[in-house]
Amino acid sequence: MVFEQIINGLTLGSTYSLIALGYTMVYGILELINFAHSEIYMIGAFIGLIMVSVYKLPFIVALLLSMAASCLLGIIIEKIAYKPLRRANRIASLISAIGVSIFLQNAVLMSAGPQARAFPANFNVTNLRLGNLQISSLQLIILLVSVVLMVGLHLLIQKTRLGQAMRATAQDKETAQLMGIKIDQVVSFTFAIGSALGGAAGVLVGIYFNSADPMMGFFPGLKGFVAAVLGGIGSVPGAMLGGLFLGLIEMLGAVYISRYKDAIAFAVLIFILLLKPTGLLSRRIQEKV
Amino acid sequence: MLTLEDIVTYYGNICALKGISLDVEQGEIVTIIGGNGAGKTTTLKTICGLVPATSGEVCFLDNDITNNPTSDIVGAGIVMVPEGRRVFPRMSVLENLQLGAYLNKNRLEVKEDLEKVFDLFPILRDRKKQVAGTLSGGEQQMLAIGRALMARPKLLLLDEPSMGLAPKIVANIFNIISEINRAGTTILLVEQNARMALSIANKGFVIETGNIVLEDTAENLLRNEEVKKAYLGE
Repeated sequence: MVFEQIINGLTLGSTYSLIALGYTMVYGILELINFAHSEIYMIGAFIGLIMVSVYKLPFIVALLLSMAASCLLGIIIEKIAYKPLRRANRIASLISAIGVSIFLQNAVLMSAGPQARAFPANFNVTNLRLGNLQISSLQLIILLVSVVLMVGLHLLIQKTRLGQAMRATAQDKETAQLMGIKIDQVVSFTFAIGSALGGAAGVLVGIYFNSADPMMGFFPGLKGFVAAVLGGIGSVPGAMLGGLFLGLIEMLGAVYISRYKDAIAFAVLIFILLLKPTGLLSRRIQEKV
Repeated sequence: MLTLEDIVTYYGNICALKGISLDVEQGEIVTIIGGNGAGKTTTLKTICGLVPATSGEVCFLDNDITNNPTSDIVGAGIVMVPEGRRVFPRMSVLENLQLGAYLNKNRLEVKEDLEKVFDLFPILRDRKKQVAGTLSGGEQQMLAIGRALMARPKLLLLDEPSMGLAPKIVANIFNIISEINRAGTTILLVEQNARMALSIANKGFVIETGNIVLEDTAENLLRNEEVKKAYLGE
């Protein structure tokens, strides 16, 4: 029982982690909370749904196409809604982010209608048994995809030239420019990667709960944001850890404490922020000489 | 090699440079000396395109580079070592140096340059895995200079390399600057430590509240009564 709840928690948590990564990466570079991120997640789920149910594509192809579309959407949102405001007061970008979020919600509402659509899984869901432990093949897929994406992201950030440029830009934008790094390129790239992960999370949750609707981004978006803050906003490993931690607490809390799992998630947020305001793995703040 | 023609630069409403003209010849060490807030750093940032010039012209190797994107200016061969070192604190020494060569896609050249920098600053070789934020001030300055050299600069801009360093280390850094110059890199050096800067420079400009007030050979400036009183503490 406990083990199964842990598996449930990790499954849910891994999707929070994927969402949280988008928030934290963009924040790391631009110090902007991209509130349109939850809508990218929602649209990612819809695109996945269309690919699977209308075009009958295999799951993995649908996932990749949805990630590619989310990627593009993220880049476009940045160019239209944030880039012109980069030198403006920070509150301006925040309002712009909320505006984009409302716009996208309503655009999907208009074209897809308000009702939830089913996500017909075109593969058999089976329950795997390992002794007393039971895990559904769906959960296994979600965990596997999340792990692969996160390992991929880690390698991208740590080992590639662009990843190095991203980290440099996050640490010191002006000096990064003096290295010849084009900040606009890094920003686009960051939005692209973060959005692709958000879209992937949408597809995974869509097939898990077998549904997609225009408002589905709200709570997961908020939870992803909580996970990013829990882990220490701006920290990539923090977002991964924060998501898994939040998912576990929510599931175990829902079973053993109270069924108000959203309340538990936010109570944890308040509690952690009181104890450690910078989050679990905050980026150390370096004094500039 | 580099000429500034009547450069005017604003920070918001504040006029930081009020018409700066200066020139740097190939192979020289040129220094800009002046007090706090005189406009030394702004001059360098304007050359690099980090701060836009309101009017005037920056020419480098016969090309107008005024207000070009910084990445293009770096690509053309002007590389700056910023004030306060500004190494990437959470990256290793090696990664900082690799970032210096960001625009150079020829891996062989980068490897060669890395060896050259390690030969110039052996301490960096010993510490290449260490996180840059944990280096001492002098080591960070060496790293910042090494990082700039990785970009193969034709013109190296140095902003206050002596800042916050012990006199012995300052002397060491200045020896290395001369050495870099002898190896063929032109240098534009901004300093508050005027004596040190003039001792290695060919030519100097004195800047006060956004204007060049004096321009002469370094030897003459060292003997100039006003410079002595205002900047050399005699």
